Amino acid sequence: MLELKNVSAGYGTFQALFDVSLEVRAGEAVAVIGPNGAGKTSLLRVISKVIDLNGGEIAMEGVSLNDVPAHKIIEMGIAHVPEHRRLFPRLTVEENLKMGGFIASARSHFDERLAYVYELFPRMKERRHQLAGTMSGGEQQMCAIGRGLMSGPKLLLLDEPSAGLAPVIVQQVFDLVRRIREEGYTVLIVEQNIQQVLKVVDRAYLLEVGQIKMSGSSRELLENDDVRRAYIGL
Amino acid sequence: MNIPMIIKAVGFLAVLSIPALGFSDYVLHIAISALLWGFIYTGWSVMGRFGLVSLGHGAFMGIGAYMVTMLWNHAGITPWIGIPVAVVVSMAVGFMIGFPCFRFRITGHYFALVTLALSEVVRLLIVALRDYTGGSLGVTPDSVISADTPNSFIAMQFSDKVTWFYIVVAVWVVGLLVWRAVDRSMIRYAMEAVSQEEDAAASLGVHVTRTKLIVTMISAGMTAVGGAIYGQYQLYINPETTSGIAISLQIVFAAIAGGMFVQLGPTVGAVITLLLTEGLRQTVGHDVHGLDVMIYGAMLVLFIIYMPRGVLGRVIEVFENRTGGTSGPTTQPRPQPGE
Repeated sequence: MLELKNVSAGYGTFQALFDVSLEVRAGEAVAVIGPNGAGKTSLLRVISKVIDLNGGEIAMEGVSLNDVPAHKIIEMGIAHVPEHRRLFPRLTVEENLKMGGFIASARSHFDERLAYVYELFPRMKERRHQLAGTMSGGEQQMCAIGRGLMSGPKLLLLDEPSAGLAPVIVQQVFDLVRRIREEGYTVLIVEQNIQQVLKVVDRAYLLEVGQIKMSGSSRELLENDDVRRAYIGL
Repeated sequence: MNIPMIIKAVGFLAVLSIPALGFSDYVLHIAISALLWGFIYTGWSVMGRFGLVSLGHGAFMGIGAYMVTMLWNHAGITPWIGIPVAVVVSMAVGFMIGFPCFRFRITGHYFALVTLALSEVVRLLIVALRDYTGGSLGVTPDSVISADTPNSFIAMQFSDKVTWFYIVVAVWVVGLLVWRAVDRSMIRYAMEAVSQEEDAAASLGVHVTRTKLIVTMISAGMTAVGGAIYGQYQLYINPETTSGIAISLQIVFAAIAGGMFVQLGPTVGAVITLLLTEGLRQTVGHDVHGLDVMIYGAMLVLFIIYMPRGVLGRVIEVFENRTGGTSGPTTQPRPQPGE
């Protein structure tokens, strides 16, 4: 579904990604794991074209995204749930969800998708008139994922959904991710919480200093000695 | 019909009946000025409410006033054509200044500084082109009215204040309708999203640059109309009263003081500033030069700290808290009860 070939990207003269190639097939959940500063967020940002592509190729369902501007990416069926949620804090929950369905093709489906998100996350329905910025971190993450679903995407990009949340809430967030999977969405998730994320995905790539160092099924990575020593502490 | 609607309807009828109440020309002049400035401030708040703080709207006002007068004086082109031309030129200038700023993400204070420079550039241009514009001395649209022909439709010159009153009311109402149209459109949501989280808005499909440009150009066009009407009404314009920093800051102050997040806020701001200026003129006179500007400055600081939603915004807020009603989204934080 999504294919990256030798992608390079960065900020100004600083290069964050070197020759990254990866693939996400339809119906799969794939994780990109790695330490702080490995370029995980940059990887999702370049797919969303929020940062410029310096080299290589990105394609969604065979269509090149190289010349697609940031605001058109969502029309290709890719929804980005950014790091730290990036909700619109002074809009209500429902308005945030409304913004998720901003693109023209999503507006006619607004009511049905809103009902769907509320069914998926009843908590959001309770809070629909609350300002998003006043909710707890876990609720905000729920709202951010809901906002991502409002455009009716095929592929959901999740950037560190567990970041900055209390351990109890982290559990709930991974339950959310599992439910999104069960709903049939294809998911590309970036995480530092490696042990948790490997339990909910099929495959994973290990990213270190901007390069893919390893890839395989979640089981392979979980059982890999290097990964265990370096990231799981076993 | 709810209570705010009834208040609005009664208020509007009261405004319409002002000329019939037999006030002096002075009172009528104040009313015309309040509505005309109210229109200009409304134009500013169309972009200002979304965090696009322009300290340079004097530029668009100057373009409006001078384009129309120059076309009339030098080419004999009626203001009825001159005003649309001025609006287009003003929007083009808005585009020229907005596009690079928005494309390269010049936001917040930096954007305000760019616009501040713009208003001075326009003022200096007007002064420098003194052969055509009359420079600092200002210029009068060539008059075609006299005691025998008190009104000229073609020249948009009317000696009768009541006529002007109704023209300005019409312009003001159109301004309020534009404000409301923006308020009820998806542009409003898009702009609120952009002003809070620009990248997130972009990844949700908001064309950030284009949305900001639309709002900026609407605002620039409205302000140009205001400048043009101002020139036609006063029959005298000069660079200081239509452009430059002083007028630009006055626009910002009045819109913030009245309340830029509510439809009638800028109009309330116009009433406040006019009462302040006129009140000072009658009590202190012209002896203390610049006193009104000093008071503006002090009040601006106080407003931003204690009443960021402006006078009308605050009044509505208090009223809503009493009745427990809500008015939907606002750009300012409002605490919400937890569980």
